[in-house]
Amino acid sequence: MEIDTLAEESIESARRTPMTMIQALRSAMDVMLARDPNVVVYGQDVGYFGGVFRCTEGLQAKYGRSRVFDAPISEGGIVGTAVGMGAYGLRAVVEIQFADYFYPASDQIVSEAARLRYRSAGDFTAPITIRMPCGGGIFGGQTHSQSPEALFTHVCGLRTVMPSNPYDAKGLLIAAIECDDPVIFLEPKRLYNGPFDGHHDKPVVPWSKHPLGGVPEGHYTVPLESASVFRAGGELTVLTYGTMVFVAEAAAIETGIDAEIIDLRSIWPLDLDTLVNSVRKTGRCVVVHEATRTSGFGAELVALMQEHCFYHLEAPIERVTGWDTPYPHAQEWDYFPGPVRVAAAFKRALEKS
Amino acid sequence: MTQHEALHLHVPEPTGRPGRHTDFSYLHLSPAGAARRPPVDTQPVDTSDLAYALVRVLDDEGRALGPWAVQTDPQLLRRGLRAMMKTRIFDARMLLAQRQKKISFYMQCLGEEAIAIAHALALDPGDMCFPTYRQQGLLLARDDVDMVEMICQLLSNERDPMKGRQLPVMYSYKRAGFFSISGNLATQFIQAVGWGMASAIKGDSRIASGWIGDGATAEADFHTALTFAHVYRAPVILNVVNNQWAISTFQAIAGGEATTFAARGVGCGIASLRVDGNDFLAVHAASRWAAERARRNLGPTLIEWVTYRAGPHSTSDDPSKYRPADDYAHFPLGDPIARLKQHLIAIGAWSEQEHEDAQKELEAQVAAAQKEAERYGSLADGHMRSAAEMFEDVYKDMPEHLRRQRQQLGV
Repeated sequence: MEIDTLAEESIESARRTPMTMIQALRSAMDVMLARDPNVVVYGQDVGYFGGVFRCTEGLQAKYGRSRVFDAPISEGGIVGTAVGMGAYGLRAVVEIQFADYFYPASDQIVSEAARLRYRSAGDFTAPITIRMPCGGGIFGGQTHSQSPEALFTHVCGLRTVMPSNPYDAKGLLIAAIECDDPVIFLEPKRLYNGPFDGHHDKPVVPWSKHPLGGVPEGHYTVPLESASVFRAGGELTVLTYGTMVFVAEAAAIETGIDAEIIDLRSIWPLDLDTLVNSVRKTGRCVVVHEATRTSGFGAELVALMQEHCFYHLEAPIERVTGWDTPYPHAQEWDYFPGPVRVAAAFKRALEKS
Repeated sequence: MTQHEALHLHVPEPTGRPGRHTDFSYLHLSPAGAARRPPVDTQPVDTSDLAYALVRVLDDEGRALGPWAVQTDPQLLRRGLRAMMKTRIFDARMLLAQRQKKISFYMQCLGEEAIAIAHALALDPGDMCFPTYRQQGLLLARDDVDMVEMICQLLSNERDPMKGRQLPVMYSYKRAGFFSISGNLATQFIQAVGWGMASAIKGDSRIASGWIGDGATAEADFHTALTFAHVYRAPVILNVVNNQWAISTFQAIAGGEATTFAARGVGCGIASLRVDGNDFLAVHAASRWAAERARRNLGPTLIEWVTYRAGPHSTSDDPSKYRPADDYAHFPLGDPIARLKQHLIAIGAWSEQEHEDAQKELEAQVAAAQKEAERYGSLADGHMRSAAEMFEDVYKDMPEHLRRQRQQLGV
């Protein structure tokens, strides 16, 4: 892919260091812990051990136990204390070990963090970042594979973000930590170590071999509410985010279809203009996400494109998603919306008119 | 083979119901002055007895007895008495305003005034309370919170500082150490712990004070708060206001039968006290003890305040349907205002005449504040905040989709 399509990030590649997404996320927290004495990082296994995915490795040793520490197994307590710390003036960056485990924190996220600014008319705010690994592809079964982004986008007051690569991961995480709104930061765990394109039977390409694995060492942001044109094209537009960005890219390469791939990056609030401009240009749209289909965020994307691009559309909008079942363990690759299913949707979108 | 009786489910039930007096012996009261006062650096486990006893200072004659009868400035006690009187007058007038349909909803704290007010007077400037909807006394105890503004919130009018977004009584006063009231129960309890942790992380000297009712202790957030407060030795006071009733649900349904709410703290490694919440001196002394523990890095204290919700849960509730109509008259811990008044008169720091004068003066103050607030309108007369403001403060900066929706509304 062409790095120069990422127009707003004009940092010279020479100044970039190869990083996995894990290292990029760690670098973002490292930068913010160093820059802002009000930043604290905590969660289950986050302190001494450095997190089950090692995203916080070494941070406790560097910044001390009062700024990077282990939390009890209590998602409600982790987010609830973060809200209280926000009221004090800290910026808590908390980790929920898997997105599948955020449910006990729902009340604190939905009724508290998301609405505190509104209900107190700005007297109190919750500038917190809630990181959580999401998505499947690691044989995690139904409790380590979920993509619950639509549960967050339905909550007014939250920002929901999902990076697809190390460069964006660091820039978006810094932007999220600096943001005065509560941000749900979903990390596609299948992308932690390489740009997985859905071909699970092929060896993993490491991030060190990918241009987006080059990450500046210091402070930079990828602005929230900004999508990226991940791959420019003219035949159809793919609206997607997270792991599915690379799956869509594989489908485009394998079919030879000139697909324009829009990586949402910020799922909600989103960069509507970039999406609308692309769909108006190509006249065809395929929405792809790993999460279950019904009331998934794809439904919102389809509705938005219908509202804003109806007279430009040449064909019905296609949706490729996970099935409406829990994420199975053994049948993971039958569930995962891989490049074959995405390619088929591309063809349908081009055939119909 | 041993024969067993068939299993049966135990569903707790209060002894009193409409037409049947309550047997208040379930409260297990200790005499005034009987409970010991440990040093503030006591080990949490060594407070076990105090979690089941009842710290009381004032006896039935208004005398201050025992180790918790610490020297208290009569000036502070007079201030506390006036604040309790003011709160009761405020509640009565707002209740009336609700009946006159000027206010959509109200919650009074009748009978519980001593708890919030004595506690507020035991905290330092800068400390932060995370209250429930029944701690208006925390605000009314202060001189820097304008009653007119509070009433504007209740009226949901043009000057409502919450911009019409919150039910009446859901105040927020950061500058007065009063966290925004949620309405979702128990959520603020763990947030208070987080605030205290933040203060400790920053090496500050301020402490947090979290509030919860007996009913909401059944929520996970209560237990989570105890765990986090203990684990991080957070500088926080964890207040459980046991007023016996959660709407129509007796405290035994929340788990108060044959144990105490204070006892939960001891099991979590938290110093815990069970205190007469209608005894201003006991509330003040216990609050000071807990605040000092927190401020000296000795960790959290859980305090169960035993009191009685003398009024309905809210203006939408009718307690005569589920408890004896005259239950409060038989509640053995009495009326906090009458008890402090009796004590102050007994020590020569107050008189019937002063009480009468204060009552009149405070009634006039509250009436004047109400009159002024009503000048700025009410929900009933349509003088409320603009609908355009509905779209503000969802995010710090308004995203595009909210701008579009505001345009669609045409405001």
